[in-house]
Amino acid sequence: MLKSTGIAAQKDWEGKLPEADRRKAGPYVVIECYQEIPCNPCEGACPNKAVCIGEDINAIPQVDYGRCNGCGICIARCPGLAIFVIDEGFAPGYGKVLIPWEFLPVPDKGDVVTAVGRDGKELCQAEVVEVRRARNQDRTVVIGLKVPVDMVNLVRGIKLGGEDNAR
Amino acid sequence: MVTTQLLVVGGGPGGLAAANAAASLGIEVLLVDEGLQLGGQLVKQTHKFFGSREHHAGVRGIDIPDLLMQHQGKITVLSNTAVIGCYEDKVLTAVTGEDKYFKIRPEAVVFATGASEKFLAFPGNDLPGVYGAGAVQTLMNQYGVLPGKSVLMVGAGNIGIIVSYQLLQAGIPVRAVVEAAPNIGAYLVHASKIARAGVPILTRHTIVEASGTNAVESAVIARLDDDWQVIPGSEREIEVDVVCLAVGLSPVLDLLRQVGCKTKYVPELGGEVPLRDSQLKTSIDWIFVAGDAAGVEEASAAMVEGRLAGAAAAAQLGADKGEAANVCAQCQASLDALRRGPVGAKIRAGIAKLEGDAANA
Repeated sequence: MLKSTGIAAQKDWEGKLPEADRRKAGPYVVIECYQEIPCNPCEGACPNKAVCIGEDINAIPQVDYGRCNGCGICIARCPGLAIFVIDEGFAPGYGKVLIPWEFLPVPDKGDVVTAVGRDGKELCQAEVVEVRRARNQDRTVVIGLKVPVDMVNLVRGIKLGGEDNAR
Repeated sequence: MVTTQLLVVGGGPGGLAAANAAASLGIEVLLVDEGLQLGGQLVKQTHKFFGSREHHAGVRGIDIPDLLMQHQGKITVLSNTAVIGCYEDKVLTAVTGEDKYFKIRPEAVVFATGASEKFLAFPGNDLPGVYGAGAVQTLMNQYGVLPGKSVLMVGAGNIGIIVSYQLLQAGIPVRAVVEAAPNIGAYLVHASKIARAGVPILTRHTIVEASGTNAVESAVIARLDDDWQVIPGSEREIEVDVVCLAVGLSPVLDLLRQVGCKTKYVPELGGEVPLRDSQLKTSIDWIFVAGDAAGVEEASAAMVEGRLAGAAAAAQLGADKGEAANVCAQCQASLDALRRGPVGAKIRAGIAKLEGDAANA
């Protein structure tokens, strides 16, 4: 399905999640990279050496969840925009999803946006709780969305065009 | 007559890297490019590149030309200049602008002339609004002009998917991407970017026709069966004013053909390609190739090939042999790293066909 639609199936992305205990223990990265392509910036991006690709740059990144603290530095460094960070304990009943964002408008902290899934379909309303625009992100913004905790691994984007300009 | 040690034809990723490599080995380089601005297709590539650090991974294509011109001082650049002839006696002819015609006599040449887009036959393909993906990128990313109001993309290779993403960034809806093959050709992470932006990618689909009175007003798409034939009754009409074709590239070989370089049809590399050895020397001793002109591949590979061809040419022109050999070996390893995975299988197969022939030539 992924190969013919670009949309990862549940069994695909579930295989990228850490164990249940780790998911509860604090923020964690999800690298939705399923295909061996020649690419390794994520490995060098991690200050905790939690991401390993190794000598063959075509290998799929492996995450050491003992080392990953969910800092999110790797998100904007992935040329494929395939990295997300999840915090399941963000607030009672709510989690936070950090997503890469390269569209206009860039929402502001405090805005409420429509969150979408891997297929672009609307899932829920989400409050923007963080907007990172560090210089080393090179024009890829990282946005934190507060979503119901059961949505943290379904939400992967924001509806394009802003709320007044939805297509 | 302009003389130089090395002439590099084409200022895209392959040509810039070739010029830079040869200049850093002490060779006098003349770099000729038909554009007003160096960089070739890089000047339109707003996305971050793949690869590893040595391939400028994570850097946006638009920022790479500057990185490739570190030895600019030793390189003479002639922009807005088209090389239009290449002759057996090492004389090339060129035109700057529309009026200055002159000859160049180099000791060696690297042709990094890139590729041209393939076209597709369907009724209405001559209507205004039917674009190649390169033209859409030029309008949009280089000149800031929107190509239309809504788009049907034809082709789900890296170019079709990346240009779809760039159209979305420019605020233009992409109604669908159709792809005749059963699977997406682009890197799947790119495909996922546009999927979560709500763009349907329809594999085993094709465009049947484009229609409109004076320009494209709609397009008909349809599903394909296992024999790639349209399934009757599956046709549907989509309202778009742009049909963007991203259906592959072919190497630009006019000058190589004129001077008599041997070529071979290798579909894995985009069609007719020049025979060349592992150091990118063609069947003619003073002519090297790099980038898409040597076989259609990613820009990351073009940069490494350029560096390889530049260093190999420099060695032949009297540069320090050991130093040049080091650069060549680094480049071979770097190309191997880019191509060794499953997405490089097609390229590896194509190159095996070529190098086998060059060895026997």
